[in-house]
Amino acid sequence: MVSRAMVTEAASPRAIFAEHERWRWPETVFWLAALSVVYLFPEYLTLASQVVISGLFALSLDLLLGYTGMASLGHAAFFGLGAYTAGLLGKHGWHEPLSGLVVAGLVAGAVGLVCSLVIARLQSIALLMVTLGIGVMLHEGANQAQSLTGGDDGLQGVDIAPVLGLFDWDIFGRTAFLYALAIAFLCFLAARRLVHSPFGLSLRGIKENTKRVPSLGIKVRSRVIAIFTISAALAGVAGGLLAQTTQFVGLEVLSFDRSAGVLIMLVLGGAGTLYGAFVGAALFMIAKDFLSASDPVYWYFWIGLLLCVVVAFGKGGVVGVTTRAWAAIFRRGGAK
Amino acid sequence: MIVPFANVIFNGLAYGMLLFLIAGGLSITMGLMGFANMAHISFAMLGGYVAAQLMIKAGWPFLATLPAAFVAVAIASVVVERLVFRYFYRAGELDQVLLTIGLIYISIAGATYFWGAAPQSIAMPPYLSGEIAVGPLGFSLYRLFILGMGAAITVILVVTIEWTSLGAHIRAAVDNRRMTASCGVNVDLLFTGAFAAGGGLAGLGGALSMNLLGLDPYFPFRYLVYVLIVVAIGGSRSIKGSVIAAIVLGLCDAAGKYYVPTTGAFIIYALMVAILLWRPNGLYGRR
Repeated sequence: MVSRAMVTEAASPRAIFAEHERWRWPETVFWLAALSVVYLFPEYLTLASQVVISGLFALSLDLLLGYTGMASLGHAAFFGLGAYTAGLLGKHGWHEPLSGLVVAGLVAGAVGLVCSLVIARLQSIALLMVTLGIGVMLHEGANQAQSLTGGDDGLQGVDIAPVLGLFDWDIFGRTAFLYALAIAFLCFLAARRLVHSPFGLSLRGIKENTKRVPSLGIKVRSRVIAIFTISAALAGVAGGLLAQTTQFVGLEVLSFDRSAGVLIMLVLGGAGTLYGAFVGAALFMIAKDFLSASDPVYWYFWIGLLLCVVVAFGKGGVVGVTTRAWAAIFRRGGAK
Repeated sequence: MIVPFANVIFNGLAYGMLLFLIAGGLSITMGLMGFANMAHISFAMLGGYVAAQLMIKAGWPFLATLPAAFVAVAIASVVVERLVFRYFYRAGELDQVLLTIGLIYISIAGATYFWGAAPQSIAMPPYLSGEIAVGPLGFSLYRLFILGMGAAITVILVVTIEWTSLGAHIRAAVDNRRMTASCGVNVDLLFTGAFAAGGGLAGLGGALSMNLLGLDPYFPFRYLVYVLIVVAIGGSRSIKGSVIAAIVLGLCDAAGKYYVPTTGAFIIYALMVAILLWRPNGLYGRR
């Protein structure tokens, strides 16, 4: 699947990993395009921030689903934990955003670690249902703990200091967008490094064949626990970003809708591609913004149809299909 | 003390029976074909709409709409199985889940388009309204009717699967599909038949449920999780497991709503997580 050209049999493992990790020019184009939104669509920056944050959230799920083959129907649990952590910090006197994000990630990661200890041995339906159960329980818990979370009304009065003490939050969402994009880019680089490392390769081995991987000396359980914790922490950072940029936390951050939504985004964009997370989030949220403006039911129809089409014909989602089409055209062009 | 307790038990049993009718078909098809059909809940919704529309538009009596809902949804589920699902039997479980969740979205849009977003309001016939008083206890006739239907269908299913040759074929196909086919059983036809029966049951359950659960286009979203809990806890491939899981779920839900209304949902999910951690394949799943 990832067999890239130019890697001869004699190449050393180090060379193979380096080749996989080589930065390619379309990636530069992608991130510059994301940055250019500031100048091209200044009136849509609020939506753009949401897309970036959802993309980062989808990226965290990609590490699990796309690279390790573990699905989760309750990933919003960690997103919400991060959001409430960052929100509560901002509300109760810790206004510095970057350290707030770090704490959000740590809290979500710690809870993820605890959860992963019990779910590491589950598979398929049981895994889906237990992750769903954890998500719903946390949602219920936040709903009940009104004094802490504000319950249905959401967490109000979140106050966040300017980023790095320099960039104050503005009404157009410019700082919010650039801040979210910068954090998402850093997290993306970390995730990219991770999946192209020997550790990442072992995850892909677990995805391809859980039973044979142990014969290579890989302990499946500890790898699964590690990646689940990392993924939960990343989801927590995404949630923290949402709380800080909107200066509000609604109960919806923990909802099943968000868990299902992020899964759909990732599948639309392409699981196991890293970029698919962001492409899918953009596609999903922009389509939702336009289509549900007229009537939410139309939105349901189109998203349902799109989901069916991608599952049936579009292996690898938008990014997968584009990559294959690109490769086909490129080869036909005789560039080889 | 006794009266509310009896009420909780009674309501919980009736609710559990409904859940079994809706979810039972899914555990059959999941056990038989290994196909995780989330859209099963949309079949239940379709059954409800068929019954409601027949009563409202055509003036059919309620009891006549029940077999109609069964037949209509059985046919619809075979059509969907032949046109869509059969191509995904070998796909991964996640692909199946996503595909059928896509179908749920489409079914919600479709139901709104054809029948409107408002809940369907149906008047039950007089012989199914009201209560029977037994001492200080009152039993809703409609819930008694559901309990009776549920018990009858459970008996029919168990007898068919355990004691007939058709049931023997089904059990054999669940255990080993290729071996069964090589013994001369038309597994393909068996699957289609089982799919029709499972879909029809969901349609019947949907028609029966509209009076208790309400019916509007968002029905699938509200009850999908309950159906999944029944299948996950009961373990696919087991009627007994589904019945027990559905009744436990119904009782817990009723008791939770009555005694601890603030944490009711919490208890159900905690129970499900605990059971699945204890037995990942469900109470009656293959270990």
